[in-house]
Amino acid sequence: MRLAARGLGWSAGAPIVEDVSLTIEPGETFGLVGPNGSGKSTLLRMMAGLIPRTRGTVHLGGRPLSRLSRREVAQRIAFVEQIADTSEALSVRDVVELGRTPWLSALAPFSPSDGMIVDEALQAVGMAGLASRRWATLSGGERQRVQIARALAQRPRVLILDEPTNHLDIHHQLSLLRLVSRLPVTVVLALHDLNQAMGCDRLGVMQEGRMVACGRPVEVLTPERLAAIFRVGATPLCDPVDQTTIFRYHCLEEGA
Amino acid sequence: MSLVVSTPGASARPLARSVIFWGGAGAVMLMLAIFAGVVIGETPLPLSTVAAVFANVLWDAGHAVDPIDAGIVWSYRLPRSLVAAGCGAGLALSGVVLQALVRNALADPYLLGVSAGAGAGAVAVTILGLGGGALGLSAGAFSGATLAFVLVALLARAAGGGSAQLVLAGIAGSQLFNALTSFFIAKSANAEQARGIMFWLLGNLSGVRWPDVSLAAPTAVLGFVICLWFARAMDAFSFGAGSAAALGVPVRRVQAVLIGVTTLMTATMVSLVGSIGFVGLVIPHAMRMVVGPRHARLVPAAALAGAVFLIGADIVSRLLIPGQVVPIGVVTALVGAPGFALILLRNRRRL
Repeated sequence: MRLAARGLGWSAGAPIVEDVSLTIEPGETFGLVGPNGSGKSTLLRMMAGLIPRTRGTVHLGGRPLSRLSRREVAQRIAFVEQIADTSEALSVRDVVELGRTPWLSALAPFSPSDGMIVDEALQAVGMAGLASRRWATLSGGERQRVQIARALAQRPRVLILDEPTNHLDIHHQLSLLRLVSRLPVTVVLALHDLNQAMGCDRLGVMQEGRMVACGRPVEVLTPERLAAIFRVGATPLCDPVDQTTIFRYHCLEEGA
Repeated sequence: MSLVVSTPGASARPLARSVIFWGGAGAVMLMLAIFAGVVIGETPLPLSTVAAVFANVLWDAGHAVDPIDAGIVWSYRLPRSLVAAGCGAGLALSGVVLQALVRNALADPYLLGVSAGAGAGAVAVTILGLGGGALGLSAGAFSGATLAFVLVALLARAAGGGSAQLVLAGIAGSQLFNALTSFFIAKSANAEQARGIMFWLLGNLSGVRWPDVSLAAPTAVLGFVICLWFARAMDAFSFGAGSAAALGVPVRRVQAVLIGVTTLMTATMVSLVGSIGFVGLVIPHAMRMVVGPRHARLVPAAALAGAVFLIGADIVSRLLIPGQVVPIGVVTALVGAPGFALILLRNRRRL
């Protein structure tokens, strides 16, 4: 399902996001990068229809998001927050079952097929063995995987993740990104690590609420742009194992 | 008999069967509690007398019963037990809803200023004579409760509308209306009136009769049905309102309906019996320990436990000091506070 944003903007006193237009193709993995406070999270929330009264429009599969009910949006777009936490004594399975919420109602209760979808989602993130564990006992990486399983249980066409690798150790960062890139859905995610962002199909670069560049990672992440936007010097290096380009960063001189 | 291990979602039928089983068990427990409330009291009545009175009223059995005994059973103890059940269920459900929506373990039905408003309204009617005698104490309490809640809700909305704002606005509202109550009492009440108001504020089921049942019972049933209807939506609030919205819950509408029904329940119950503390705070927490945090189970469990607990507290309040009724709010706090302490300690050990 194609996700298309036209002229998106939102202000909270000062403008947070201004005039962003963007089309994400079905099946694509689209990465969003930019310094802190550049509007990545807000843009993601707007594209998931979670911020009311925004400027511009978001179309999902040709239909404007604003015409869909919250429930219909949640059946199509799943959103994984940066940090999600609860003090409730929920089990892993309980949390993943929450993903079925948009498909259920008081008159359409949880059915065996919902149970199967939850099982599949747990397996997809490798948490099937921990289904009965309590949320409070999980590590950060496990929590993030459970949230992704919850999002998968929504059976979305588009999965939006806000910095899913935050607070994870390097192993969990890599396995989470591998997991996400193999999912048969359209993925939009914000990332901090630019080397990880190189693995996306396309990248959008945010700066002060605007999307200043959008395209294939190698075209977008040039040393000049990194210097201008992220205020770092970057030397592209080549990994001899698979010829991938990686960046090594150094501080730019003060005032430069 | 074979032990059936039901894998989640293996079949829809075990769900229906467990609903019928637990629903039936709950109904039986509620009826037993109400029956205990009718049988136990300062005037000991044999079971046969109670059964005879029920038979006489329900199908005109024509047993010979002392009319005083019949009056105690039918006009005094039964409505009292029924109102206790309705209030207990309503307050516990209100606690469940507010704890789910506000995401604060300390949320209880009086959080939104409803109880303080009811107190001020009752005092305004009885002591200041507001409404010129046309308003009863209950009507005054209900108006005060509604007014306080509307003010709190408006303030919270103007302050940004988050759950923290709601809690803080509720505190401001409660303080204001409690101060008004004290001011009215200090200004106009004589000692006798002040004592009466104090007694009422601490919760009192003594004056309850059948017309009160026709208010309390439908309100509790309506609240129960609405809470059960929104059980899944309340589950979705586990990770906060933003997460609930991402799960397709129309957050504003659900909040408006649930907080509205909570206010209706609390205002009705407080106007009938005064503000009974601890039920709305402790029962939901206790039931979370027993049946878990999922609202499809928590809502019926809390409603039942609240009803049974308040009937029990009412029985104790009648028996604690012979010849005198202790305010039921005193009993619920005396039992509730140590009970809550136990829950806290047990919970800590588990973690």
